[in-house]
Amino acid sequence: METLIEVKNLKKYFKTPNGMLQAVDDISFNIEKGKTLGVVGESGCGKSTLGRVILHLLDPTNGEIYFKGKNITNINKNELKSLRKHMQMIFQDPFSSLNPRKTVSEIIAEPLQIYKVYKTKKELSEKVAELMDKVGLASRLENSYPHELDGGRRQRIGVARAIALNPDFIVCDEPVSALDVSIQAQILNLLQDLQEELNLTYMFISHDLSVVKHISDNICVMYLGKLVEISPSNTLFNNPLHPYTQALLSAIPIPKVRPKEEKKDRIILKGEITSPINPKPGCRFAPRCLYARETCSEEEPKLVEFEKDHFVACHYVADINN
Amino acid sequence: MSIMVENMKEKILEIKDLTIHYIIEDSVVKAVNNLSLDLNRGETLGLVGETGAGKTTTALGIMRLVPDPPGQIIGGKILLNGENLLEKSEREMRKIRGNKISMIFQDPMTSLNPVTTVGDQIAEIIRVHEKISRAEAHIKAKEMLELVGIPENRFSEYPNQFSGGMRQRVVIAIALACNPELLLADEPTTALDVTIQAQVLDLMNKLKEEFNTSMILITHDLGVVAETCDKVAIMYAGEILEYGTLDDIYNNTLHPYTKGLFGSIPDLYRETKRLNPIPGTIPDPTNLPPGCTFAPRCTHKKPECEIHRPSLKQISDTHKVKCILYDV
Amino acid sequence: MSNAKKKTGLWLDVWKRFKKNRMAMFGLITIILLSICAIFADYIAPYGYDDQDLSRSFLLPCKEHIFGTDNFGRDIFSRIIYGSRISLTVGFFAVGFAIVVGGILGAIAAFYGGKTDNIIMRAMDILLAIPGMLLAIALAAALGPGLRNMMIAIGVGSIPRYARVVRASVLTVREEEFVEAAISIGASDARIIFSHIIPNAMAPIIVQATLGVASSILATATLSFLGLGIQPPIPEWGAMLSSARQYIRDYWHLTTFPGLMIMITVYALNVLGDGLRDALDPRLKN
Repeated sequence: METLIEVKNLKKYFKTPNGMLQAVDDISFNIEKGKTLGVVGESGCGKSTLGRVILHLLDPTNGEIYFKGKNITNINKNELKSLRKHMQMIFQDPFSSLNPRKTVSEIIAEPLQIYKVYKTKKELSEKVAELMDKVGLASRLENSYPHELDGGRRQRIGVARAIALNPDFIVCDEPVSALDVSIQAQILNLLQDLQEELNLTYMFISHDLSVVKHISDNICVMYLGKLVEISPSNTLFNNPLHPYTQALLSAIPIPKVRPKEEKKDRIILKGEITSPINPKPGCRFAPRCLYARETCSEEEPKLVEFEKDHFVACHYVADINN
Repeated sequence: MSIMVENMKEKILEIKDLTIHYIIEDSVVKAVNNLSLDLNRGETLGLVGETGAGKTTTALGIMRLVPDPPGQIIGGKILLNGENLLEKSEREMRKIRGNKISMIFQDPMTSLNPVTTVGDQIAEIIRVHEKISRAEAHIKAKEMLELVGIPENRFSEYPNQFSGGMRQRVVIAIALACNPELLLADEPTTALDVTIQAQVLDLMNKLKEEFNTSMILITHDLGVVAETCDKVAIMYAGEILEYGTLDDIYNNTLHPYTKGLFGSIPDLYRETKRLNPIPGTIPDPTNLPPGCTFAPRCTHKKPECEIHRPSLKQISDTHKVKCILYDV
Repeated sequence: MSNAKKKTGLWLDVWKRFKKNRMAMFGLITIILLSICAIFADYIAPYGYDDQDLSRSFLLPCKEHIFGTDNFGRDIFSRIIYGSRISLTVGFFAVGFAIVVGGILGAIAAFYGGKTDNIIMRAMDILLAIPGMLLAIALAAALGPGLRNMMIAIGVGSIPRYARVVRASVLTVREEEFVEAAISIGASDARIIFSHIIPNAMAPIIVQATLGVASSILATATLSFLGLGIQPPIPEWGAMLSSARQYIRDYWHLTTFPGLMIMITVYALNVLGDGLRDALDPRLKN
């Protein structure tokens, strides 16, 4: 299987008046062509920053990014412009990610205009019509403005814009979080269909584990800038190893009627998430971990392959899971 | 026999045929249309629906906080312990808000006054409704803080010194400070991370049991409903389409819309290749379809559905549904 | 064939909202009427602005002179009409000059940030430290009399205001996700600034501009009143007020009409600006 994206020891730090914000800290993973990597975590874990660094919307502080085997970490302006054709993003907020003063067709046509893909106006508008059809937007909407449409339709515009240049890789940054449940399902189906049809590779960022599980082949769990667990989708849900992943899974409210006794199994984490600014040494999850011991606040755990394809960063993973 | 048991439970809230419209320029937004629902004392009702269903408007209607203009309560009754809230004067309502009925809003960032300490905000509401001294109110406020899991020595801190989850706890403390009979919670955990949500829902459940507060929990999350609610009302385009106990709605789902909602959510514990979304989008509230409001999107639609608006039919002593498929 | 609905344009929505505001429409119509007077003064004014007739001086409003005549027997109505030309020209050009210069400075400061932002805004702060009227007076005195110098004098004082407005506007828009989206699809800096940021930053600038024209007109009147800027016999409302001062007790009409014109024009511009601000309010976009 061909590796499309490879990330090695990626770091992104921000200077703040209070110290160094370690938003993304030493992250490594691969994504194979045609697959979806789900990136899951709560607010402040750095998942959105990770997506933006890979797409060069933010500059990495350290580490390497590879696209189709080529090192794209430090590339010049021209190479970057050429690269952008292959790597696109679908944004979270279907309203603010669209220019309110442009019509639907103008928004979708813009990437094609920037790269001068078509010579005639006719060819351009045909392509726009084709894209609108692909994402399920009625052709009569081509002169509408974003504010005239509902969230679901606006997000479809975002999807059309992202696939316009026929990219290989798309970072989906919480693409359905702002949508109603029934519209979420429509958009998720659309993303899956497009992936098959256009052989797309996705990095799907979300805080919603059920959505991530549904659409991803592999999932990585982030906490405060660190990768704590990464494994194939089903494995993560059937056998979560890291205490944070276990707590996360147990926290999800299940839409089923369960007897009270089952509900008591829930793992309630104590305390609040600590700050990513000048983090203390050791495991970042230690302050809230039920199993934390002395080593945990001294030494940072490394990501280790515990079972086939299943990596965890925890000193006591074996003890906790037996 | 069970009908009698159900009716013997004390009803704390009865809403009958509530209709609320917003009049904006030349169009009328029909936010709530002939809505009826009941709540028994000590129960939690989940009011479920998507954006635009009219859930928040209903809650604001109960509190008599619908902005007027452009909103207007066109008709109906809201009976709290038998008294019609729609007939009360503003002065009487002020005695009720925060005291008999409290409301929690979605965004903890904007619900709190940024320039007053959290302790003072709790004490303030106590003093509005109870004639006690400042010192006594402070003591009570500190008790409330401890109750919601915030150390009382944080009494003099300001909202911006707390995280989202903690702020929401403060909001809950304020809401429960005067031991209201009814708590309206409008998407109280939607803006919170899932692990924090678990903490807050756990807290709400504990407090609810301790104080025997009745609650209406507004949400779009069927998981949250399953964790916290006794009864469920499914709302769409300003109406209740299905109403029943948790068991009724989850294990004996009747209305096509409710089924569609369940079909739209990915199941954590099962492999699903494709989701079954509800086709189409919610109707324009200024231009609701004649007949059944859900008909345009319904896969079980019959010709009559587009002409005739169904009424709420009682299927069992607890379960009601508004759909022609169940009109015997 | 596409059955898409026609591109109505967002300005049409703005116009629809604006139309409903009676005061704002009054403001707009007044300014349009004044502009017509200014442009077609030669055809509208019954007399020339410098047609003297000393035998017919100090006439109160009557059939041949609806606003009466001044101390030189000149028809006041005609002088008012020609005066609108001066006021509106200075108003619009001074503001136009200030918007272009201030706007470019503000946009550059906001887009590039950091040191550039600092240098430009501190320069603006220095200009702002000098009271506007004093600056205009000093510049007008230094540059000498004349219409052009008056426009510059008044315009320079307004530059910091527009630099700030544009900077604030651009800063806000720059953070919007659609700008990030534009970067992600490969847009150049120029495209981002002109196609994405500026069209979305226009609203506050337009409103400020209409209010700016009002204050420029007042400044013009003040400068002329003080004897700077426009030289006689060119009529300017402020100058007319000034020269009528000595006669105020005996002849009310010499000061009343110029004063009224200043007042009405400034008021019209203010309600126009308010109306525009309400009509452009993005919160109405639901």
